[in-house]
Amino acid sequence: MHLNEEELEVLRIIENNSRIDLKDLAKMTELSEADIEVTLKKLEDMRVIVRYLTVINWAKVDEYHGVTAMIDVKVTPKRGVGFDEVAKRIYRFKEVESVYLMSGAYDLSVIVEGRSMNEVASFVSEKLSTLDSVISTTTHFIMKKYKHDGTIFDQTEEDKRIVVSP
Amino acid sequence: MIKTSYVSRTIAELKPSGIRRFFDLAANLEGVVSLGVGEPDFVTSWAVREAAINSLEEGYTSYTANAGLFELRSEISKYMEKQFHVSYRPEDQIIVTVGASQALDITLRTILNPGEEVIVVEPCFVAYAPLVTMAGGIPVTVQTSKDDDFKLTPEQLEAAITPKTKAVLICSPNNPTGTQLEQAELVMLADIVKKHDLLVISDEIYAELAYDEVFTSFAAIDGMMERTIVINGFSKGFAMTGWRLGFVCAPKEISEAMLKLHQYAMMCAPTMAQHAALEALKHGMQDVEEMRRSYRRRRNYIVKSFNDIGLDCHKPGGAFYAFPSIEKTGMTSMEFAERLLKEELVAVVPGDVFGESGEGHIRCSYASSMEHLQEALKRMERFMKNHS
Ligand SMILES: Cc1ncc(COP(=O)(O)O)c(C=O)c1O
Repeated sequence: MHLNEEELEVLRIIENNSRIDLKDLAKMTELSEADIEVTLKKLEDMRVIVRYLTVINWAKVDEYHGVTAMIDVKVTPKRGVGFDEVAKRIYRFKEVESVYLMSGAYDLSVIVEGRSMNEVASFVSEKLSTLDSVISTTTHFIMKKYKHDGTIFDQTEEDKRIVVSP
Repeated sequence: MIKTSYVSRTIAELKPSGIRRFFDLAANLEGVVSLGVGEPDFVTSWAVREAAINSLEEGYTSYTANAGLFELRSEISKYMEKQFHVSYRPEDQIIVTVGASQALDITLRTILNPGEEVIVVEPCFVAYAPLVTMAGGIPVTVQTSKDDDFKLTPEQLEAAITPKTKAVLICSPNNPTGTQLEQAELVMLADIVKKHDLLVISDEIYAELAYDEVFTSFAAIDGMMERTIVINGFSKGFAMTGWRLGFVCAPKEISEAMLKLHQYAMMCAPTMAQHAALEALKHGMQDVEEMRRSYRRRRNYIVKSFNDIGLDCHKPGGAFYAFPSIEKTGMTSMEFAERLLKEELVAVVPGDVFGESGEGHIRCSYASSMEHLQEALKRMERFMKNHS
């Protein structure tokens, strides 16, 4: 589907700040607020804009107990539906955060979140590896997130420029 | 008592820049939101910084050729061809300099005989007239007008020319007005330049930051290649101000003469920065594009917001400055800027420091985060309400 330059510009801006004020967004794009609303609605209806999320650094929150694992999954594709059917069987589990079809040594990359390593381990052994088409799994636990979705978690870069210059 | 001054008369008589005074005022206050910064708010991209670090690790710590690394000059040559459709030979037409600043300096010192005049178009970058003076020339200022969007008109140019005129110094997109000259306007100016056999010194340091019209280099205008000296660099478009790296492209006769001066006065531009610039040209154009988009958004935002709060502001085509009129308030630019700083802690630069015709305006740099711009606008709105 083709988008025009205004639609692309709206996407580029809200990709990094979905909470931006409609008025400011209108000024930045030189569109009217009404046009912005129509554009957003259209992009939402087309599911180009799928959801508005918040990037949270949970590692800073003491109350949070959770682990994330990236699981490499090898599967046998099914005649007619290829990988889509097994992918669907996997992504419907609520523990599963993301599922990607990959090129290379394995087929599906599955990201799973649980409250503990045990919880993830039992998900893998009881739910994932027992699926008919799954041949093998390799589980990697994430130890620390440095950068997520383009955002560096530890970054507090102050402005190093002098206040007035030619 | 010392009777003789140790400082030369030329230097003693130079006026200190009005920007400096304003810096001193602003630097001593807490909580200032600054629209006074004349450089990008982006940190140089990591790929470029990493290339410089790597060059140090590899031990590239010696001088380069006087004109700069040949590989860098070759990339500059390709870049000029690709972006601006002008072709300069890396062998004898390109010199890598310590910023556009040094490029301007060696240009003026190379072309001027004592007493020759350079037409300086104001409002402009604060260094132009002093650089002409220090090169032994005489700056002849032309005051552009708000009614012409601060563009030099052919009539104004014609009227400023005397038998002593050697060159015209033009900057587009401009600091402080953001005004960009269109191709047709360059053609008309070029006709006059050719008629009077003058040189053009074209400061194209903001060429990458053109938002509406495609940027045209003065050298790309028919018949201008042989009488144009193009000044450019990495400071603005590539967000590399602190690296101090620029370049100058000129007809062979001039660039060879310039190189004599450059080799005696500078040897060469910093080696580490040259390696960084090489990376920037080879793989950094995507970053330039993203920064340009980001400035464009902020320009749209600030210009619309200024007009909304009663600061008449023409939409500038390039650079990262808005130059709104403050005439309605009845204050001078200096008064306005000082009071805005004292009362609302917002730093802007009074327009008159860039030349007489800047009076009645303030320079507001939008090379600042959206959050900063929003805060500045909130404070300026209050200021305008209190003073209307
Ligand atoms: C119009 C203009 N020319 C030249 C320069 C100097 O740039 P550089 O950092 O390359 O010396 C500036 C910097 O503010 C400028 O605005």
